[in-house]
Amino acid sequence: MKQHRSEPARRFGIPGTMALKSRAAQKMQEGCIVSLFSTLTIWTVLLTILITVVLGVETWIFFRNDQVSIVEFFTSAQWSPLLGSKKHFGIWPLICGTFLVSAIALSIAVPFGLISALYLSEYAHSRVRSVLKPTLEILAGIPTVVYGFFALTVITPGLKLISNSFGSYNAMSAGIAVGILILPTVASLSEDAFRAVPDSLREGALGLGATKYDVSVKIVFPAAFSGVVSSILLAAARAIGETMIVALAAGSMPRVTLDVTKEIQTMTGFMVQMALGDVSNYGVEYLSMYAVAFILFVCTLLFTVVGALIRKRFREVYE
Amino acid sequence: MNSWKPDAPVIAFDPRRLQAVQKPVEKRIRKDRWFERVCVVVTVASVLVLVVLLAAIFGLGMKTVTPGFLTRPPSPDPTEAGFFPAIIGNIWLMVIVLLGALPIGIATAIILEEYVPKNRFFKHLHSIAQANITNLAGVPSVVYGIIGLTLFVSMFMMHANAPKTIFEIGVKYYDQFYNEAGEVLLVPVDSNEAPETKPEQGMRALVHDGTAVALNVIGEDEPFPEDAAVAVRTVRRSDIPGRISEESWYHFRIPFGRSVLAGGLTLILVVLPIIITASQEALRAVPFSFREAAWGLGATRWNTVWKITLPAAIPGIMTGTILALSRAIGEAAPLLMIAGIVYISNPPGNLMDDFTAMPLQIYNWAQRPQAEFHRIAAGGIIVLLVVLLCFNAAAVYIRQKYSKYQGM
Repeated sequence: MKQHRSEPARRFGIPGTMALKSRAAQKMQEGCIVSLFSTLTIWTVLLTILITVVLGVETWIFFRNDQVSIVEFFTSAQWSPLLGSKKHFGIWPLICGTFLVSAIALSIAVPFGLISALYLSEYAHSRVRSVLKPTLEILAGIPTVVYGFFALTVITPGLKLISNSFGSYNAMSAGIAVGILILPTVASLSEDAFRAVPDSLREGALGLGATKYDVSVKIVFPAAFSGVVSSILLAAARAIGETMIVALAAGSMPRVTLDVTKEIQTMTGFMVQMALGDVSNYGVEYLSMYAVAFILFVCTLLFTVVGALIRKRFREVYE
Repeated sequence: MNSWKPDAPVIAFDPRRLQAVQKPVEKRIRKDRWFERVCVVVTVASVLVLVVLLAAIFGLGMKTVTPGFLTRPPSPDPTEAGFFPAIIGNIWLMVIVLLGALPIGIATAIILEEYVPKNRFFKHLHSIAQANITNLAGVPSVVYGIIGLTLFVSMFMMHANAPKTIFEIGVKYYDQFYNEAGEVLLVPVDSNEAPETKPEQGMRALVHDGTAVALNVIGEDEPFPEDAAVAVRTVRRSDIPGRISEESWYHFRIPFGRSVLAGGLTLILVVLPIIITASQEALRAVPFSFREAAWGLGATRWNTVWKITLPAAIPGIMTGTILALSRAIGEAAPLLMIAGIVYISNPPGNLMDDFTAMPLQIYNWAQRPQAEFHRIAAGGIIVLLVVLLCFNAAAVYIRQKYSKYQGM
């Protein structure tokens, strides 16, 4: 029989395997593999549950502590878990710091990222594109600690040259670095969305006498809008969760402010400070790290889920 | 038909879009030109950032990257500092991540792509698992760090910096005495938690070459023995020992503590979603006709996956894995939560050893105020970037080489 096997069959050896095993053995093999692999898959789901449970339980223990009140946590604007005789746990300074840095980052990454994406998908010659696109990918692959170092040694001194009011640690420098970090995310996801718009739409508009500008801004951009929004939300989630840049460049002074020249602290920055410091490990300040992580987890989860939903729900399907 | 005029405005469903057409042509073309210029400037600026970044870092750190830098341990003296334990630490982490994340990642991708269930309940579960991957990819790595801290470092025995060990093999603990003859005497103890040894007459101890001796204990004011043979095994009653340990390569304990294994397992959590997504995309890129052909020949689902789909998807999976690994190499935040910033002079010798990694060491140097340390940090960054560049080049090479096979 063997010499009659077709080329692909011989190459992949399917009939050979088939002949060796009875139907029952095959079914058993199939069942074993499916159950083994499914168990591994279930683990990924359990991981999410585990994250929620660990953070939730620890946060609950934190709130049960005498020095902490849940009302103060969500309303107070004073976060001083380490200093002073009376500790204050009001999350707002950390949230404010996080959103200040993220807002600066997004106000840089969104315009630059979207225009780059439009250029890459609508204007750029394929040869130009083949140079620029990998460069953006390299930018995306640089570790965040490198951006943190860049913020500390290049951006902050640069800002100090512009204005004396900038401190050695400030929100602006960290924000700019986070902006550079998330720019490739915005650019590459939006570019995917722009390129998914079918050419027939572009050809229709061009045929009606539209310029490339008209096509980009009035046809392609609206058609890919859901993809653009989801790319921005995913980038925002990354900006909120970014740790090393803010740990290096933003400082460790939690406060509610919109002054970008001042030292601030973000949620992630606080977590790093706690992990590094030699605080008593049983203390309430250590537990506060879990509460902050929980808030951070909920924030990023919200952005990711909404981003994914928008992409799925509002995608304009052509053809 | 006669009413059709060539210069009449074209009717579109959205009259607002028509405004564009009605503007003078020159004006619109000018606008288009300007927009293109803006685009070019913005895109070039985005790319220029990379150039500035690389120039700044290479300018600062090029001189520090010497063979000595690569082979020396870190040091408080900036001119003596080296990167060696960090590089080896990264290799340990990479091996752990590869061994852990790759099988789980590929198995999950296969289940999600190739075994779409028919049963309604399982179908529901399937879509939950799929959506969950997206969520996991969005979780900040510092949160994974805190989860690793709870799950691996202390294993739910919370808030303990040096958690109480409940199981341990492959390690011997000693209390170490220095006596006045300059000899080191090691008294074996049961565990790291054992109380400090009080020297007693006749207690078994080891000298530096491993031979067992009986301790000779003398009081505080007694003269030290003249006889050399007695002197080597003599300690004073008030001497305070230091705890040391001798670890075998298979040293293992539960909980893992701030060890390289805990760090590696945490990184697995970070990169798992990336590997799963990449493997799924690689499997999806295999034409469906391949599967149909295999099924037509009587192959079971597993036959098809193992002999047809998986081999065709291997280049894509490899590319994704390499990119995920390069993410793991550069990741500092979760390791910072696990390992903290400690002085590590030796690379890990077993899975339970303390460790440092390249990004951690870079952070350690970068956060110091002195400019000399910034220069070393820049040197470390250069090493890290070169390693990442090699990884990315490998990924691109594999993608180029095997892309033909994908289109078969």
